[in-house]
Amino acid sequence: MTQSTRARQVGVDIQETEENRAVVEAIEADNADCAVRHMPGLVRITSPTRIVVNRESVEQRLGREWETHEFQLAIVSYFGHIAEWDDDQILIQWDH
Amino acid sequence: MAAPRKLSMKQRYAALTRDLDWDLSYVDEDTAYPYTSFEGIKIHDWSKWEDPFRLTIDAYMKYQAEKDKRLYAVLDSFAQGQGHLQLTDPSYLNAMKLFLQGVTPLEYQAHRNFAYLARFLNGPGPRFAALCQSQDELRHAQTEIHTLSNYNKYYQGFHSWNHQHDRVWYLSVPKSYFDDAVTAGPFEFLIAIGFSFEYLLTNLLFVPFMSGASFNGDLPTMTFGFSAQSDESRHMTLGLEAIKFMLEQDPDNVPIVQAWIDKWFWRGYRLLALVSQMLDYMLPRKVMSWKEAFELYFEEQMLGGLFPDLAYYGITPPRHVEHAIAEKEVLSHQVYWTLYQFSFAAGFTTTVPSEDAQKWLAEQYPQTFEKLYKPLWDKASAVVDNGGRYFYQGLPQLCQVCQVPMLFTEPGDPTTICQRHTEFEGERYDFCSDGCQWIFEREPEKYVQAWLPVHQIYQGNCGGPTVPDVLAWYKLQPGDNGEIAGNVEQTAWEAWHATSSAEEQAPAPVAGN
Ligand SMILES: [Fe+2]
Ligand SMILES: [Fe+2]
Ligand SMILES: [Zn+2]
Repeated sequence: MTQSTRARQVGVDIQETEENRAVVEAIEADNADCAVRHMPGLVRITSPTRIVVNRESVEQRLGREWETHEFQLAIVSYFGHIAEWDDDQILIQWDH
Repeated sequence: MAAPRKLSMKQRYAALTRDLDWDLSYVDEDTAYPYTSFEGIKIHDWSKWEDPFRLTIDAYMKYQAEKDKRLYAVLDSFAQGQGHLQLTDPSYLNAMKLFLQGVTPLEYQAHRNFAYLARFLNGPGPRFAALCQSQDELRHAQTEIHTLSNYNKYYQGFHSWNHQHDRVWYLSVPKSYFDDAVTAGPFEFLIAIGFSFEYLLTNLLFVPFMSGASFNGDLPTMTFGFSAQSDESRHMTLGLEAIKFMLEQDPDNVPIVQAWIDKWFWRGYRLLALVSQMLDYMLPRKVMSWKEAFELYFEEQMLGGLFPDLAYYGITPPRHVEHAIAEKEVLSHQVYWTLYQFSFAAGFTTTVPSEDAQKWLAEQYPQTFEKLYKPLWDKASAVVDNGGRYFYQGLPQLCQVCQVPMLFTEPGDPTTICQRHTEFEGERYDFCSDGCQWIFEREPEKYVQAWLPVHQIYQGNCGGPTVPDVLAWYKLQPGDNGEIAGNVEQTAWEAWHATSSAEEQAPAPVAGN
């Protein structure tokens, strides 16, 4: 079964900056079930399933090359497990 | 000849981390890594340790340099643009003083112990991750000091935080917490700091502090905080990796790890008592209540998210967690009321919460504030109205383990102080809670050695027998401590704002002059 039935939230907090707006938009576009909350200085994205950050989606919105390592400049905190972090995507979800 | 192919992140990580490792031939493994067996943790295959960040030294240096560049750009513009005038209220700086006195020295301690792990863990993967964290923590210590030094030019109370960290009564809470961690073995340290502090509880410390800075006009601290916190995501990952690695390596590790989770949850939670009052009382403009932060960052994310994940390995939520949950309605009020009475001996100032603040507290804590705590503030206000200020005369009993004054109440009964005690080798030791008593009874030989500030004062080790002697030994200067109203801090703030408005009325200088 590939469909996840878990309702356990995962989330990521991202610093609110001009550049990160593209990252946040990319995450919103690629994660249909995510919720976005603005807090002082940061944006908090949560999802009942998983959060994926795709390099290509970010690059489209940023209009330049973006390597996934750059996400380190954006992330303030997260909860969940970093299940994948390679050249093309970052995936946050629980393991078990 | 084919053009050289660019390596993928995975290949680069393997090449630059593991492929640079070598098998020892002059000495055996136990001689080279003598500290990873005595705690009873069994590791069969160190290569199973994964770093999801796949961080390599070149990427690490590149992005850390970028983070520092961004921070120093903000510090420059703060200095050039008279950024200190943006503060909502001078009393906000109390939160930053507490941070500098209490947390910055811990960053340095973390730097040192991760450097030790970077040498003494057997696997190249965890050694490299520990090396990066060691450098991060040094960066945190340095950038915190540098950021807050900007306020030192204009305000009282930033001068002796490091001296105070080793001496002042409430600072023995964070100090003893970290001393406990660094005197444990490497695996326990990874659970204590890497997992419990960085993963389980860090959000409750950093995110409210930094949002508080953002909300109270303190741009440099916010920037520094987010800069540090971006490293923290890596530290959280290391903590989570560490615990999963230990649990997966051998089933015999599970009960050992569980006991460490139980211990270090409660140790960390008691330390956060200081943060709870910061959120609810010290910040002039409130971000969120302790109760809300606890529900969001701990109950929802950790109890709801993480622990079901760890249940797979047979791990259960921390012992005594139900007491922490029950306490969320009363914790911050009890802590700040105590600090209010003892701030004559603290490196920060306190005051009766304003009418607006009390209204906010009543809304956030509908079941407890008006019934239990407002009457205390009414009494304190009445004393102020009559020209006085209530300070407690005498010294408080401290908990032998967490070293917080015995101010917490019985679970479910917010009017009775909780007191536990245990006899060990003919001496009586007192505790604030079941959690602290349980921790003591696991390792009494360790905690009987605690350096308790109040006992030390009575034993004559803190500058002399009178309050002024002790305060001098703390290096507290007039204006560092006591009441906010009428303090030099407020006078300085008012003076700065008076000058700035005078300048605004003056004709603007001609460009190019
Ligand atoms: Fe740090
Ligand atoms: Fe850290
Ligand atoms: Zn205690």
